[in-house]
Amino acid sequence: MTQGKVRVLVAKPGLDSHDRGAKVIARAYRDAGMEVVYTGLHQSPEEIVEAAVQEDVDVVALSILSGAHLALVAKVVGLLRGRQVDDVLLLVGGIIPDEDVEPLKAAGAAGAFGPGSNLDEIVAFTLANIRRRGA
Amino acid sequence: MELADKLLAGDRRALARAITLTENEDPAAAELAAAIYPQTGRARVVGVTGPPGAGKSTIVDGLTYLYRQSGQRVAVVAIDPTSPFSGGAILGDRIRMRRGTVDPGVFIRSLATRGHLGGLSWHTGSVIRLLDAAGFDAVIVETVGAGQSEIEIMRHAETTVVVLVPGLGDEVQAAKAGILEIADVLVVNKADLAGADRLAKELDMMLKLGQPPGAASGEAWVPPIVKTVATSDEGLADLMAATERHQRYLAESGRFETRRRRELTAEVRGLVRELAGQAACAWAETAGRWERAVTAVVARQSDPRTAAGGLVREFLERR
Repeated sequence: MTQGKVRVLVAKPGLDSHDRGAKVIARAYRDAGMEVVYTGLHQSPEEIVEAAVQEDVDVVALSILSGAHLALVAKVVGLLRGRQVDDVLLLVGGIIPDEDVEPLKAAGAAGAFGPGSNLDEIVAFTLANIRRRGA
Repeated sequence: MELADKLLAGDRRALARAITLTENEDPAAAELAAAIYPQTGRARVVGVTGPPGAGKSTIVDGLTYLYRQSGQRVAVVAIDPTSPFSGGAILGDRIRMRRGTVDPGVFIRSLATRGHLGGLSWHTGSVIRLLDAAGFDAVIVETVGAGQSEIEIMRHAETTVVVLVPGLGDEVQAAKAGILEIADVLVVNKADLAGADRLAKELDMMLKLGQPPGAASGEAWVPPIVKTVATSDEGLADLMAATERHQRYLAESGRFETRRRRELTAEVRGLVRELAGQAACAWAETAGRWERAVTAVVARQSDPRTAAGGLVREFLERR
């Protein structure tokens, strides 16, 4: 039947205009059988969190190439908490230097994927870590 | 039921979760649908359909903005196709819907077709009711990119807007018998492109040819043709006025009630078929009846219809 599709929001916060990565990961998630909401460029953290609520997604995947990933992730996490959204898996991809991975995780991202990350690994990581929600 | 109460009180997370349960055919969804049903029937439902790339999402964004300007709360249901190969989907309608993203008077939900043909998802009707119960004044439903047979929207929307663009050539001719027939309002979008006037003229001619009795006296509705350039909001106020005129026409002519009764009759009838069919099939699975009937069909001793008829008769006469 149609039960239990994984829903993902792929979002690009901030000012950078490069969404190749976002489109590639959206496609990879789709090919893994997930329903992917893609919201386009230049989304504010407020817009991203509101979309995550309305679309009732299991995963929010942020694509950030501007270098502002630490600030943006902290903002999104804060807003999600403010809405009592505590069952969403938050992932970050983009130009993430190795030394920023641990701070991102400390800020509330479950995973951070820099350049050269393997798509299959990202999909596998996502599936292994989503919090299946009870009805 | 806690979720129903929260939804009726306007809790957006509860609403979003309720839609998910409905889409997933969770057992809780039927109970929820029953609980909220008395609070439905208030929202007006406008459908927007047309071929891929015609500008449906941009038009929905513009309409949402105009409805909000007039003080109405708006929900949008945007449907995109599910991949038949992976079962996944990319739902991209939000890319064009940027004006209502943080407006508490707007709620946008993207749905995948999950294998359903006809331009909508399986549960579009139930999702519309959830949004209706949550207190939205208008629900705008955007279908998948539609061609000639994706006409299911007319069962759910009181006003169906069909969006066309110049440059489709003979496809317009071909579409005559398809989605054009269900249009209450016709839109020629991208009206700044060459061929827009010709398309509008062709549509006008087509409408005049097929004019229903009572059209001249204003007793029957003749779909207006509205030219728009949705990316710059041109013509969208006219489009909104046309949809409102159509809603008034439905209410004043009494067609609104007739229509509603007809659609609900069809829905109940469909459910009787489904539930009766499920009961009969469940019964036929027992005591090897299914196996016996199918074996006879495989062996060419009985044709499928006769075998099914036999099962149904046995089911109805069972003790």
